[in-house]
Amino acid sequence: MSLRSSLAILGVLAVFGLLVFGLLSKGSSGLEIGDSAPVETLPQLEGGGSESLADYRGRWVLVNFWASWCPPCRAEAADLQQFQEEFGGPKFTVLGIDSRDLTDDGVDFVERYAMTYPQLRDGNGDTAHAFGTTGLPESFLIDPKGKVRLHAAGEVDEAYLGEEVVPLLPGGQS
Amino acid sequence: MSTRLAVLAAIALALFAPAAVAEGRASLTEIEKQVMCPVCGTLLQLAESPQAQRERAFINRLIAEGRSEEQIKDALVAEYGNAVLALPPDSGFSLSAYVVPIVAFVVAAVALAVGVLRWRRGGSGGSSPSHGTGPSGEDAERLDADLARYDF
Repeated sequence: MSLRSSLAILGVLAVFGLLVFGLLSKGSSGLEIGDSAPVETLPQLEGGGSESLADYRGRWVLVNFWASWCPPCRAEAADLQQFQEEFGGPKFTVLGIDSRDLTDDGVDFVERYAMTYPQLRDGNGDTAHAFGTTGLPESFLIDPKGKVRLHAAGEVDEAYLGEEVVPLLPGGQS
Repeated sequence: MSTRLAVLAAIALALFAPAAVAEGRASLTEIEKQVMCPVCGTLLQLAESPQAQRERAFINRLIAEGRSEEQIKDALVAEYGNAVLALPPDSGFSLSAYVVPIVAFVVAAVALAVGVLRWRRGGSGGSSPSHGTGPSGEDAERLDADLARYDF
């Protein structure tokens, strides 16, 4: 094979490789039930520390992606807080992740809705992307082993939490 | 002498001071062209989503605080990450976004020049029909005869 042919083949392969890389890095496949949840380390929304989602292993966690500018997130905030007050403890917590939002706006939001459960910050949206979210809000119920057990794309309410989440929790109806 | 210097200094101040102030002052219109709306995936200038409106309010607040354009862009990066910048930073791996197109252009130009030179060199060798000596013998006679039929 001549040098020219080899270079041409290499060029075609390089272009093809770039296309595949672009498609793979751009595409975001959503998490399926039973998949391991990503264990990214994120800064806390308030306080300056950081936490890894792996720190929550051993507990049931309802990971809720939200942003202060998102109207459905406002609509579900009170129900999530109520759910935390009722079921939050050593075996379960709601975990809020403020995604692609301004820090001050997020802090104001937490204060306005008197949210007491832990809140992390995902300013660039990478964690939301790793979870495969397509919008806000989205919620994932993660079991103590870090596996996804439930996924809700969109707003959750009291009825959904009671009918879908409670039966899976320890001491639930299942 | 001192009067002349004072007049020159006053003229220089009048000419350059407003420009210096204008350069230092950030403007929403200019920044909107350089940053993205992270949720919409478009320039902030073109975005109308609720998130874009909050981003504009944030920029306006920093302008009111007297922050420079660079400081405001840094603050946006601190909030949303590097992806908020419409153009990648000119350092580290992101520098390749600027260098690769230039290198590709130079390589393509050199390849084109080499190709043209080879083509011209090959053409002068007589292998091209357009630069050949033309028909001869029987063909030439037939061509002349054909042309003569159209010679009025």
